[in-house]
Amino acid sequence: MQRYSIWSLARNALTGHKNWQAAWRHPEPKPHYDVIIVGGGGHGLATAYYLAKEHGITNVAVLEKGYLGGGNTGRNTTIVRSNYMLDDNAHFYEHGLKLWHQLSIDLNYNVMFSPRGVLNLVHSDAARDAAKRRGNAMRLNGIDSEYWDLETIAKKIPDLNVSKNARYPVKGGLMQKRGGTARHDAVAWGYARGADARGVDIIQQCEVTGMMMEGNRIVGVETSRGPIKAGKVGIAVAGHTTQLLNMAGLTAPIESHLLQAMVSEPIKPTLDYVVTSGAAHLYVSQSDKGGLVFGGDIEFYNSFSQRGNTRTLEHVTAAMISLFPRYAKLRLLRHWGGIMDMSMDGSPIISKTPRDNLFLNGGWCYGGFKATPASGWCFAHTIATGEPHPLNAGFTLERFERGYAIDENGAGPVPKAH
Amino acid sequence: MMLIPCPWCGERSENEFTYIGDARRQRPDTSALDVSDETLKAHSDYVYLRDNPKGWHQEYWQHTSGCRAHFKVERNVVDHRIRASVKADEELPSFPEGR
Repeated sequence: MQRYSIWSLARNALTGHKNWQAAWRHPEPKPHYDVIIVGGGGHGLATAYYLAKEHGITNVAVLEKGYLGGGNTGRNTTIVRSNYMLDDNAHFYEHGLKLWHQLSIDLNYNVMFSPRGVLNLVHSDAARDAAKRRGNAMRLNGIDSEYWDLETIAKKIPDLNVSKNARYPVKGGLMQKRGGTARHDAVAWGYARGADARGVDIIQQCEVTGMMMEGNRIVGVETSRGPIKAGKVGIAVAGHTTQLLNMAGLTAPIESHLLQAMVSEPIKPTLDYVVTSGAAHLYVSQSDKGGLVFGGDIEFYNSFSQRGNTRTLEHVTAAMISLFPRYAKLRLLRHWGGIMDMSMDGSPIISKTPRDNLFLNGGWCYGGFKATPASGWCFAHTIATGEPHPLNAGFTLERFERGYAIDENGAGPVPKAH
Repeated sequence: MMLIPCPWCGERSENEFTYIGDARRQRPDTSALDVSDETLKAHSDYVYLRDNPKGWHQEYWQHTSGCRAHFKVERNVVDHRIRASVKADEELPSFPEGR
């Protein structure tokens, strides 16, 4: 792998930028791999990277039906945080946040991680109590969290409507300063480059169409580029998890729902933090290019369409304008949709499955992007050792029927939480 | 924007409706005092598991901002076309394979 540095930049600048190597190869699939990862998004590529780096397993293929990072990795609002209350989620996402803080150095690839702080607004006394309780739970778990009162928020975020007469009157907010944003594409590309350099074959335009089984054991996959044998198969295809599991004769506690996000035209720096509001169904941050990147809730009906509907578009922009009235003058540049694996408790699944040698990573609901490093790290451990790491031991497929749902919202068995 | 055909009110904007979910799931009878393990498993599957097909999907909607009735719709979850809607206690018509 050609290392990126100030020296390589200078050297290539002096030679007319003609000698940069491709960041990864485009190999033909081999007939057999020790591990096949289905899905070339951030999670699949991170899994391959950590399989090679942490576990020395390099005879690995990542199969992607489209192009790298073309699914939900390229369709989110790039928010990174670990402000969870329940232990299973808190320790997992905090491990991820620690990986985020080292990721650019680890990958030798600038993922543009920007720990600018994530603020969850509260709009009622009850929400304030819940936020403080969550903040206390986080601090007990060793995770940074602080409560911001209204005066602090009004000073730090002058664009925010803090009037008492606002549709969503702001009472305060829970701030996690170590959270922030990262460049989503760079995460996929950085992991791809790091995995490829360690010998992983990244095979794009290769759709998995079936599972090869011997009894209860998975021995390979059928693909649009022919059959490929494998010692172990890991699924990391959030959005189509149920379709892949169906190929192995399994049903999942997951529905696929549509989530859209949008970005405004670029403006000068105006919003220093990631600001979210559960009551208004909004999260917004300003990208390095200056656009306001924002989104809200899923559309609340099953969908595989990958395009947003106008009802939610209107709802989300209305929430945005009520909280930030001055953004009403901005024009929308783009909006897009992605297909979420909505699990039945709002928490993910990184787990063994009822089929031998088949492993599952899915059920990410709205929150998969921030989990990318921790997800890959834990999934690699689970595949390499055959058993989950303590960090993902709770994220099993069978927790639902066993009564161990990880229900952060206390919402019951509905595929709507996050 | 989807236009959803309510069997009572006709085609109305999706803004008036609330999605309820998969209409093909059947709640198993758990009224027996001594419920068998099979019934418990069936009940857990009913609560948590979804077929989640990529294609035609039979689902309940409620006309929340209209007549408030629940009813059944068959909708394609890839392109959001709706090909049938009936009252909640009626059966959706069967269609030939494919589109």
